[in-house]
Parts: sequence; C-alpha cells; structure tokens
Amino acid sequence: MARSARLAEGGRIDRSKSVRFKFNGESYQGFKGDTLASALLANDVHLIGRSFKYHRPRGIMTAGSEEPNALVQLGEGARTEPNIRATQIEIFEGLTARSQNCWPSVGFDIGAVNSVLSRYLPAGFYYKTFMWPASLWLTYERFIRKAAGLGQAPTEPDPDRYAQHHAHCDVLIAGGGPAGLAAALAAGRSGARVILADEQNEFGGSLLSDAEAEIDGAPALAWVGAALEELRALPEVTILSRTTVTGYYDHNFLTAVERVTDHLDPDAAPPNTPRQRFWKIRAKQTVLAQGAIERPLVFAENDRPGVMLASAVAAYIQRYGVLPGREIVVFTNNDSAYATARLAARAGARVHLVDAREQPPGPLLAEMAALGVETHLGCGVVGVSGTKAIHGVDIAKLTEDEKGLAGPPLQVSADLIAMSGGWNPTVHLFSQSRGTLRYDETLASFVPDKTPQKARCAGSGNGAMMLAECLREGFEAGAAAARDAGFTVETPESPDAPALLDSPPRQIWTVPTVHPLGQGKRKHFLDHQNDVTAADVHLAAREGYLSVEHLKRYTTTGMGTDQGKTSNINALAILSEIRAADIPSVGTTTFRPPYTPAGFGAMSGQAVKDLFEPERGTPMHPWHLANGAVFEDVGDWKRPRYFPRDGEDMHAAVQRECRQVRETVGIMDASTLGKIDIQGKDSGRLLDLVYTNLFSSLKPGRIRYGLMLNEHGMIFDDGVTTCLGVNHYHMNTTTGGAARVLNWLEEWLQTEYPDWEVYCTSVTEQWAVATLSGPKARDVLLAVAPEMALDSDSFSFMTMREGVVAGIPARVFRVSFTGDLSYEINVPARYGRALWEALMAAGAPYAITPYGTESMHVLRAEKGFIIVGQDTDGSVTPRDMGMDWIVSKKKEDFIGKRSFARPDTAREGRKQLVGLLTEDPTFVLPEGAHLVSAVNPAPPMPMIGHVSSSYMSPNVGRSIALGLVKDGRNLMGRQFQVPLMSGRVETVTITEPVFFDKDGERSRG
Amino acid sequence: MKYNIFSLARNARTYHQDWTRAWRSPEPKPEYEAIIVGGGGHGLATAYYLAKECGVRSVAVLEKGWLGGGNTGRNTTIVRSNYLWDESAAIYEHSVKLWEGLSQDLNFNVMFSQRGLLHLAHTVHDLQEIGRRGHAIWLNGIDSEFLDVDQVREMVPLMNVNGRYPVLGALLQRRGGTARHDAVAWGYARKADEMGVDIIQNCAVTGFDIQNGVVKGVETTRGRIAAKKVGVVAAGHSSVLAEIAGFRMPLESVPLQALVSEPVKPCIDTVIMSNAVHVYLSQSDKGELVVGAGSDAYISYAQRGGFDVLEHIMGPLVELFPFVSRLRMLRQWGGIVDVTVDRSPILSKTPVENLFFNCGWGTGGFKCTPGSGHVFAHSIANGEMHPIAAPFSIDRFHTGALIDEGAAAAVAH
Repeated sequence: MARSARLAEGGRIDRSKSVRFKFNGESYQGFKGDTLASALLANDVHLIGRSFKYHRPRGIMTAGSEEPNALVQLGEGARTEPNIRATQIEIFEGLTARSQNCWPSVGFDIGAVNSVLSRYLPAGFYYKTFMWPASLWLTYERFIRKAAGLGQAPTEPDPDRYAQHHAHCDVLIAGGGPAGLAAALAAGRSGARVILADEQNEFGGSLLSDAEAEIDGAPALAWVGAALEELRALPEVTILSRTTVTGYYDHNFLTAVERVTDHLDPDAAPPNTPRQRFWKIRAKQTVLAQGAIERPLVFAENDRPGVMLASAVAAYIQRYGVLPGREIVVFTNNDSAYATARLAARAGARVHLVDAREQPPGPLLAEMAALGVETHLGCGVVGVSGTKAIHGVDIAKLTEDEKGLAGPPLQVSADLIAMSGGWNPTVHLFSQSRGTLRYDETLASFVPDKTPQKARCAGSGNGAMMLAECLREGFEAGAAAARDAGFTVETPESPDAPALLDSPPRQIWTVPTVHPLGQGKRKHFLDHQNDVTAADVHLAAREGYLSVEHLKRYTTTGMGTDQGKTSNINALAILSEIRAADIPSVGTTTFRPPYTPAGFGAMSGQAVKDLFEPERGTPMHPWHLANGAVFEDVGDWKRPRYFPRDGEDMHAAVQRECRQVRETVGIMDASTLGKIDIQGKDSGRLLDLVYTNLFSSLKPGRIRYGLMLNEHGMIFDDGVTTCLGVNHYHMNTTTGGAARVLNWLEEWLQTEYPDWEVYCTSVTEQWAVATLSGPKARDVLLAVAPEMALDSDSFSFMTMREGVVAGIPARVFRVSFTGDLSYEINVPARYGRALWEALMAAGAPYAITPYGTESMHVLRAEKGFIIVGQDTDGSVTPRDMGMDWIVSKKKEDFIGKRSFARPDTAREGRKQLVGLLTEDPTFVLPEGAHLVSAVNPAPPMPMIGHVSSSYMSPNVGRSIALGLVKDGRNLMGRQFQVPLMSGRVETVTITEPVFFDKDGERSRG
Repeated sequence: MKYNIFSLARNARTYHQDWTRAWRSPEPKPEYEAIIVGGGGHGLATAYYLAKECGVRSVAVLEKGWLGGGNTGRNTTIVRSNYLWDESAAIYEHSVKLWEGLSQDLNFNVMFSQRGLLHLAHTVHDLQEIGRRGHAIWLNGIDSEFLDVDQVREMVPLMNVNGRYPVLGALLQRRGGTARHDAVAWGYARKADEMGVDIIQNCAVTGFDIQNGVVKGVETTRGRIAAKKVGVVAAGHSSVLAEIAGFRMPLESVPLQALVSEPVKPCIDTVIMSNAVHVYLSQSDKGELVVGAGSDAYISYAQRGGFDVLEHIMGPLVELFPFVSRLRMLRQWGGIVDVTVDRSPILSKTPVENLFFNCGWGTGGFKCTPGSGHVFAHSIANGEMHPIAAPFSIDRFHTGALIDEGAAAAVAH
C-alpha cells in the first residue's frame, strides 16, 4: 500500500465527500474537487503513461490544460475517450481511467525497447530508412502505425448528446482569473451583455492555487467570491465555467466548448442535458485574459515522472491539499518558484532550492534559510536518477557561459523536482485573431502587440505578472471594451495587492550536463509528449531545417495534443541560439484553433443521427410507405423507386409498372420536382436570359420546355415553365437542381441585373403533384374532375388548366415525360394525399399502378428524353444532345450563347447523344461502360463514348441504352465494341435515341 | 550523404554530429539557365527533373518564404489517379508511377503508402458516376475496382454504411493512398541541391525582366537574376505574378481548410472519400485523422478560413464515422488554392516567350507533385509542352476545350 501524500488540511477539496475511482484497474480514493491528477498524486501514483516515440515513463507535469504528459484513456466501452489530460478531469464516483500507449502495462511496456534504441532513432530517422526494399514499406508502416498514435478511438457510436448554442454579446471575456474577473466587473456594471468563460470548474485562475495572495488586505479568494456574487446578480452577465474559448475567427466570431456534464457520472447526469455545449459567439468586443503558463527548464532527464512545474506543485499543495513529494528539489531561474519552496517546506517536505542565478534577492534567501531549505546558487540540475520515479538529483555549479559544469555534481536524494524557467503569456487566442506578437526581453517570451480585431488583452496573458497590475489591466480592459460597445462606464478603481519580488531571471535555455548535449545517455526534453530533445533541434539545424516551421515539421516539436504549450518557446530559443539570431527574428509558428482540442461531437451539436440532414418526404410519403415502396435518395428527398408487389424484385416490379403505364395508366408522385414562382415585370426577360429558347412570347396557359446552360454553354438544368398570367410564371426544375436553379436566378438578378423587377419564390413544398400517365389517363382524370373539359381541343398538349380535381382546386399541366398522355395535377400540399387516394380509386377500373423513379427512367429512355446529370455531365451542349431546335437563333443573348462561338464548342465530331442496341437483346449494358475504337487484350483501349442510360424495356421488348459517342450522329448503324471488366465484350449498334412511338402521337393524343 | 540504415547506425556512433545539410543555402548567382519561381513541391520537383533528366544543371529555385510552406505543407496528402477524362488520367497516372519509386529515386523516405482509396457511392446517381469513371480508369490502363457494400464494410469496419445516405458501393483504387507531404519537398530539395540546383529561400520575386516579349530574368528582393527561361510554380499567388508579367491567369484563389484529430491508434486503414456526404478522411502514420473541409466561398490570400466551412463537415463526419464523435479536433488550418473554372491545372506557355506557368492545381495538386514537375521540366527544357502537359494549355479557356473534372465528378479533390 502506497503512502498517502494528502496533507492533513488545506485545499479546496471537499473532504466530506469521498470519491472512489479506478486507474489501471486499481481502486483509489479521492475527494470531490480533486482532478484525476491530484487524486493520483495523493495516492502516490506518479507513473501515468508512456511517451509517443520512445515509450519513456511519464508522469504529471502540470496542473492544467497545458499538460503534455499525463494523458489517459478515460472510461470504457462506447464512452471511452483517448488522450484526456488527467490534470483536467474532475473525478466522480466510479470513474475509470487507464494508461495509454503501453503494452502490456505502464510499468512494463514492450514499446520501451524504442528507448533502448533511441540513439538510432533521432528526429526524422524515418526519412532516412525503411526505403529498402520498396515493396516492404507497407509492412514497415504497419509497425510504425501500431507504435504511434496514443490512446484508442472508441469503436461504438457515442451514446451522449451534444448541443450547439449561438450567442451574441457586447463583451466576451476569455479567462476568469483576476484580470478576467476584473474585466467582467467593469464591463458588467455598465449593463453590457457580458459572457465570462473559464476552462476550470472554479473562477479565480491562479488565485485558486495561491492561498497567500491578498487583495485590499484580505485573502484574494474573498475578493474572487465577492466579484462572482456581484456578477451573478447582474442580469446581462453570463458566467460559464468549464468552458474553453477555443477559436478566434474573423469579425470577432469566437467558439467555445462548455463541458456541461463531464464532471459527473454519465449514468447519473441530469436528463435532457447535453454532455457538452458548443458555443458560437459573435462578440462586439473581447477581453483576452488567458493567463500565463510556466515554462519548463530544459535539463538532463527532465522528463522523469516527478518532474513538475513549480506552479503545479504549488497548486497541488494549496488547491488540492496534496504534497506530491517528500524530498523536493526546486529548480528555478527566477523568483516565482520560491513560493513553491516555501509551501513545500512548510508542508513538511525536505527542500533543496537550485537557482541558476548567482545572486537571487537577499530576502528570498533569508526566508529559505529560515525554513531550513538548502540553497544551491549558480547551479543547475544536471541529471536525474530513476526512470519510473525519481530517486536522486544531480546538482552542479554552472560555468559562467552556461555551457558546462564548474564543478562535480552533487547528488541529493529527492523524489520530486519543481522547475520554473519563467512564464509564457498565453497569447493563443490573440494570435488566432491575427494579432501580432512582440518579444519581451524581461519575460523572455512573446506578448500581444496589435490585432486588427476588436480585442484587448489583460493580465499575465498580456505580460503583467503582478496581481495588482492584472487587476488594473482587467478593470481598464473591461471598461474600455464596454465603452467601445456603446456603454457608459467609469473605470473602477483598482484594489491594492502587495507586490512580490520580481528580479531578473537568468535565462538558460539548455542546462548543461556531464556530457556534451546529445552525446551521452542523458536527454534534454523539449516536447515531452512527442519525445523531442534539445539534441534533435541541433540535429535539425545541422541538416538545414532552420526555418522554425521546418524545425517543427522535421522534429515534430509542438505537434502533440498540447500543441507545444510548454515546449514551443524553449524550442524556438534553442534554435535562435544555434542560428545566432534573436528570438523575434526567428519567429513563431502559427497559432491555430482550437486552443485545446475540441470534440467533434460537440461541434456537430444536434445535427447528428435523425437531425443530420433531415429527410424530405412528400405529402404522399405515408401512402408510399404503407404500400411497400422502395425508396431512393434524390437530394434530400426520399423518392419511391418502385412499388414491388408480392415477391417481386426490382426488375419484375419495374417491368410490370412500365407495361401498365403504356397499356392503361400509371400514377407517379412528382411533388419533388423543383417549382419556382416567378413574378414581376421583367420575368420574361429573366426567362429569356436563362433559357436557350424564347419564353417572353409565351401566352397565359401555355407551357414550354426549356434548357438552361452555364456560361460555357453546357446544359445545367431543364424543365418546363408555364405562363400563369401576365408577368407571372411557374418554373419546374429537376428535383436535384431546385436549389441550384433558384440560386442561379438570384445570382444573375442580384449581381448583374439588380434593376430588373423579378421576384423568385420557391414553391416546391407548397404544391403536391400527382402525375397520371398512360392511354387511360384522361378517363381517370375525368372521373374525378367531371367539370373540366379534357378533350384535346379544349385542353391540348403543353397547356395548363385550372379546375377542381377530386373536389380540390388544382392546376393541371398537360406535359409528358413518359411520352404517353399525361397530366401533372398540382394541388395545395395539404391535399396531396387526398388527391392521390382519389386518383388511385378512380384508376382502379383501369388497373392503375403507382410507379417510381426507376420506371419513369425506363419510360423516358424509351422515348429518348434525357435526364440532366445522367445523360449530361456539364460538358454537353444542346447540340450534342441533338436539341439544336431549342436554341434560339433570334434572341440577342442568353447565358451560354457566347460559348457556342468557341472553336471547341462549335466543332464537328463532339460526343453526341445516340441510341445503343446490344447484339444480345437480353443483355443490359452497365451504365458507365465505354465504347472503344479497338479492343485490345488488355487496357489501355481508346474510348470513343460511354453508356449513360441503360434498361430492359418491356415496351420495346429488348434492352435499350442511350449514350454519348464521338461524332455519333454520323455513325448511325455502325457497330462498336463495349469491353467490360468481367471480360465480356458486347457489340452495340448505334441508332437514333428514340425507341418507342417515334412520331410522338401518344403524348399528343 | 546517402541515407540508409547503415548510415543511420554509423552516425548514431558519433551521436549524429556528422550529418550534413540536406540542402545548401547559396547566395543567388547573377545568371541561371532556368529559374523556378516557387519552392513548393511542384517547383522543387521541376528543378530536380530539369537537372536529372533534361541536363539543365544551372537552375535556381526562388522561394519567398520557406520550402514547402504553401499547399505542399498544408494538404491532406492524398495521392490517386482515378480521374475520368483521358487527359487527367494521363497526367495523374504519370505521377502515381513516379510516386511508386520516389523514395528510392530521392533517397528520402516520402512514405508513399499505397493503402488504397475508396470513393463511396451513396445514391443511384453516385453509382452511375463511379460506374462511368471506374470503367474509364480501367480502360486507361489504371487499376480500378468496384466494391459492394459488404466489401466496403470489411475494409472500413468503423464506417456507418447504413446512415442517412447508405453506402451502396464504392470505387477502389488500390494504388492510391497518402504520402508524407513535407518529406516530398525536402526530398526533392535535397536531391536537386545535390545535382547543383541552387535553392534560395527568403527570396521573393517582385518583377520580371521582359524585353521584346521575351523574359530575360527576374527582379527579386535579393536583386536581379538573369535567366534564359523562367517557370512560375506559385500556386495561390500565380495570378499575382501573371499580372506583374502583364497578362491574366484565369484563376480564383480561395482558402481551403483541413483539420486533424488528436492521434489515436490505427483505426482507419485506407483513404475514404464521399462526395454525397462531403467528407474525406484518412489516418496519418502518426495516428491523427486527417479530414478535408471545403473551400470558402470568397476570394482570399489569407491562409485561414471561416468556421462555417469547417462546421459543415462535422455532421457528415460523425454521420459516416460515428466513433469520431468522442475524438477531438487538434488543429485546423487553411491554404490558398488557385482554382480554374474546369478544376484542371494550367501547364502552359504564356504570351511572354520563355516564361512558363504551372498553376491552377486547385484542391488537388499534391498528388501530382512528381508528375507535374516531370512534364513541366521537360516542357521548359524543350521549349514545347510535353505531350502529357499539352492539353492543359491556357488556350483551352479560349477554345472551350475544357477538361472539366468539376462537372464530371461534382467535386474534384
């Protein structure tokens, strides 16, 4: 049984609420308020996982979201999640987690052989090997892939729900530490709509781990409590904890992920609550108060479990009541870590303090002496013994040039190292906003400079490291943001906070060790997750990867799940030293969203499962369902493809439907066809512009078929348009093209002809359409519309009549896509099903059959009618389709006309629409098969055309096909070969593309 | 220094202190036989093949930033040649064949992983589209297979084939796959340098020296450099350079976005593309899921895009791959793609003699890095476009002889 590292008192944990959880199968106990990291440390568990490349044992480095090492596989089964930072998870009863990237266990990991071989595996080694023999790369790669990756993806669908939330606000404040709270107070008091978001479960930021901080003479946390109380009382202020602002996009658009129930047992989470909520926020102004992240020191063996940031050690002691080590070496180059030494000593640890500086401030040294802390000045940690835990630390005096040791190392017994290399302001969101950075020599880091967006920075994220300064900047930024958002507010007076010592650091980017860097066993890690060492940076530079982007990509530094929050500045500084250039001239890599990884589930929000692109169904859809229709997806629509009767397969059903239509009558649901109502005095001009033929001459009640072309003169949609009255038209588009055509009309109207008076309205869903087709169509219609004059003289082909059908006011269009007598009966959508059922009943004496899209396709192919998108592909002109007749010679202009003058568009011998008949009349060519000019034993074979539509036609009594063939119209009667992948070669004869009722008498009859 | 396991072992003995630079960093000379403007994959490949195959050793590559910093280092690394039109099939297949020996040719492991590429069909229309394309690819002598849904499920067990748009089948190109994008730039740079090509970073071209309609050299931020021939391979900034040279390029430059997830153990072993559900996905050797998003609707030169474009692929991604719901996006980024109206590239002579352009690769140029560089090098060296490059002339926008992959496949990536 391991010892407990829990202190007898202190911390913000709730000691009355014990929580049991499991790590690697072992059961442990923690308290409510613990993170997984703090609870594991309390149980003296330091070994958490294995690193990416060398599988080195890794522990906990930080106490926050910047953690590179302590990543775990959280949860089981469908709820399992990889790569979760132990430092961010709040424990709950029953939580389970395990180490990842290790096998069979974190303690004994076979992959650690990589660590033994690490000398052979420097940065980029894989670019230099695995090349022979070439055929084995996929095998090598299989092993590489297995070794890489971190945790495991779940294999089951996610059982949890997510939500997206849109918000507008005057001031968004990212970060709820002292600066963020001050900003929220200042802005909130003005009445502005404020959103304050912080990634932690509690507000207060760094103050949560600083029990000694004071504001106005009182504990700082009392000020935090009062601030929160005031903010909660302000109705326009929204306070979001456990919410990370992840992205800063153009026009002050920001995204945030709120972890709503992640801290709860999923089985006990409140009902009707999303697990995570994804916020999309448009903010008039922002205040970025993200704080600062402590910088690790780069010393030999600095990756061992038990090497932590000094601020993290302080946080574990003060916030969680855990003393993570008994013999602690604090290694620093600045003043801030003295607080950690003080806290550790007071908590009962034996502490060594190693300061790289020769002369730290006297008062700090005096305090250390008083606490019994042994100090080592001008020294560095030059080695660490122990692999899965620390046993000892080598301390040595450094030479003045910082390149070597001035004396032999002294080994002290230790189980924890608390390191501080200074502080890096968190400038991620600011940079994402396209803000530029400025290098601050004192901090030895980058601070925000200018941004084109409405953003301000405050607090340590802005380089202000003293509490009083953070508060002042927060108040000023909050007030200024509110003012710029149009509110009146005075900048509140900033409270007092005692200043701490802040003497200059001694910046040593690489702490030397007993052997030259990279020339011995001891490694200096920069990127702990990806196993990038200082020697790797030197190697990259040696090989010419001198741009900071090349460095990153060659060594993978900063490319882990932490995106280099603790490593980037160190890597950059070492590269600068090598290049003998200053840090700003070397520059940083680009900061990209998200700040911390954002769940795909959260970003999808509600738009998943049944709400992912909801299905569209027509008013008759329930009837189709009840009558056994088989559906196909056309755009978002579910359309009946065929209606099988007992035991019929698709072929049998379609053959029967097609025969029935030609013999008596069939009925089809055509409601999905796009319908656009076009009105206004320039409607005719618009139609003349977008169609190849003339429409402005169309008389009310008349219908005309039209082709639309794109600017290249290629067919882009087709359909019939009806003149309903003066300056009023009803346009039909293809089902899939409805939205595209409406956008097309609007694009021309809005960008080229804004002075035209035309109003285009989608009415697709306002009308339900049943199409009767077949020789008995008139009889069926007459039965339900006795008052309509349906004889050919009164109601001729290509006209529209209004009337009452089955007691419903209707528009009846006499058009035909089957080539048989047809009526498209449009009624208000709500009557669609009633109309359908009335027509089915009226058609019963004629054995009426419902037919689906597949039969429609066969019937129209029998007639050689094209389907845009199937028989055309965006490279086909009307002439290619044999539809010269529809291209107006008289009109001055229409879209696509100019293109016909282009030599390639006008030339002879382009691919043209033809009919294709197979030698074997029972064989149906596969759509997409190609005609070749010569059959070779194996490809390549020169292609001269392809099969675009192909069916077994019951009415023609054989298979039929349409296709596009080079110079096809001059090849009538010629035979060509169609080789298929199966090995079969079919001979086809080129014919006219009309197979049935060539004179078109049936539709006009 | 030759790269292999023995040199790696030998250098390990000296703690890797003796590795030499992958490429020199020379000062520009006053004059070159040929200058390549743009140090991305295509430009570096052009320089390499000029030196290796065309006997043109006096070559400089001028790069305004860092090598491979444009779309070479920002793409989703997909390599395939499953194109519909003969002209496209010819150039992309030419490229795949070069990919197949590239690591050995360059002595630099570009990790070309022929793990197969699936194009999913979700609708009858999709089946017709892959039917036509699949047959055409096969008849062009390129590998092409149709899979039914069971075979798809077997290849990608974690895919939801019964979603909103069920998977009805797929077109598979087994020789398709992915490669390590940065390595391609570095590998070409190293080998070109070895053959005497001067690779000059941080050198922006600001003008062209054109006399009597003939290019004589370029103006740069590091002075004037003379050249007998100039090839511009500048992707998103090609239209800007064309304008400087005095003519227009029919290009629109728009941001195209992509993203990666956190790394996880192998779970997706092939490349999957779905036009109907608007997703394409693969898993890098490092373990990240690499996901392509769409391009923004507006013209821009900023290497970033709007969140809406990214958001629009989230639903489809989770629909087709439900397991990703609990994975997390690690990083998103954008690149600038130069798009032509027919979604096919431009490899062409220009109104200025001896000035050649190679651009317009749009959203899919990475896969053609070797092929494009190869035929462009031959075109520059011979002064006449290589037969594979010839159909991609700028003239096609005047004649109408477009190679419209956009129209044919609805989406070209």
